[in-house]
Amino acid sequence: MSLELSCRKVGDVAVVDLTGRITLGEEASKFREAIRVLVAQGERKLLLNLAQVSYLDSSGLGELVSAYTTLRSQGGELKLLHLGRRIRDILQITKLCTVFEVYEDEAEAVRSFYTR
Amino acid sequence: MTGSSQPSREMTARDQTDAAESVFELESTLESVDLAEQIAVRAAAEAGLDDDQQYEIGMAVRESVINAVVHGNRYNRNKKVRLTVRMRPGELVVRVADEGEGFDPSQVPDPLASENLLSQSGRGLLLIRAFTDEFTVRRLVPQGTEVVLVKRVREPSPPRSEEAEREG
Repeated sequence: MSLELSCRKVGDVAVVDLTGRITLGEEASKFREAIRVLVAQGERKLLLNLAQVSYLDSSGLGELVSAYTTLRSQGGELKLLHLGRRIRDILQITKLCTVFEVYEDEAEAVRSFYTR
Repeated sequence: MTGSSQPSREMTARDQTDAAESVFELESTLESVDLAEQIAVRAAAEAGLDDDQQYEIGMAVRESVINAVVHGNRYNRNKKVRLTVRMRPGELVVRVADEGEGFDPSQVPDPLASENLLSQSGRGLLLIRAFTDEFTVRRLVPQGTEVVLVKRVREPSPPRSEEAEREG
């Protein structure tokens, strides 16, 4: 299943809804390009909604990390929303759960970008 | 699926240990990664592994074939990846062999070390180990690396007690 992305704004936060798999090849490239465009457009608060992402391999994980470090280097933030069980397990195995802020509620996630 | 990714299936056999074995020769392309995952998931289902276990061995095989194609054979179209799937009672054994220069898993940086947590790559072996019951790596002669992945059927629910048996 290929990856589909769509972006909507909630205040200053760009919420990216993803559907499909983020894996080595076309899907990872598509994800990388979408993040590149959003950052080029000036977006600095990104919330990735992974509710419909069924699968992440090591390349997909690498792309998430790369997006995170890209945003951070630009003074921005990237956070995750609605992780499925398997995605959550992968983040635990790789300890990336200690890197990403993860939310189960979109409104709470959006508010978090405005509080320190 | 492209024509070039169509594997040549060399044999399907059942040997004296009642194990069914299939061998696939895959091109060193990204299409082979998806194909190998699909083959592993299908074999896992046939072997009686549950949905989570099918996903796990599929992921482990996927990551192994990524290593074989990208790091082992380096996309060299003259080199093949050999995928062997062996179903034995209670377990699935998958071997992935490349024709590369080989690697030493102990030299791969620990992706869980704090200095590596934000690395973009290097998590494949970690996922393979996490999602298999056994994982071994060996050098092939004259060249290449073979990884062996073993996934065992999860133990079924505890057997019914003698009392329950009598009542049943």
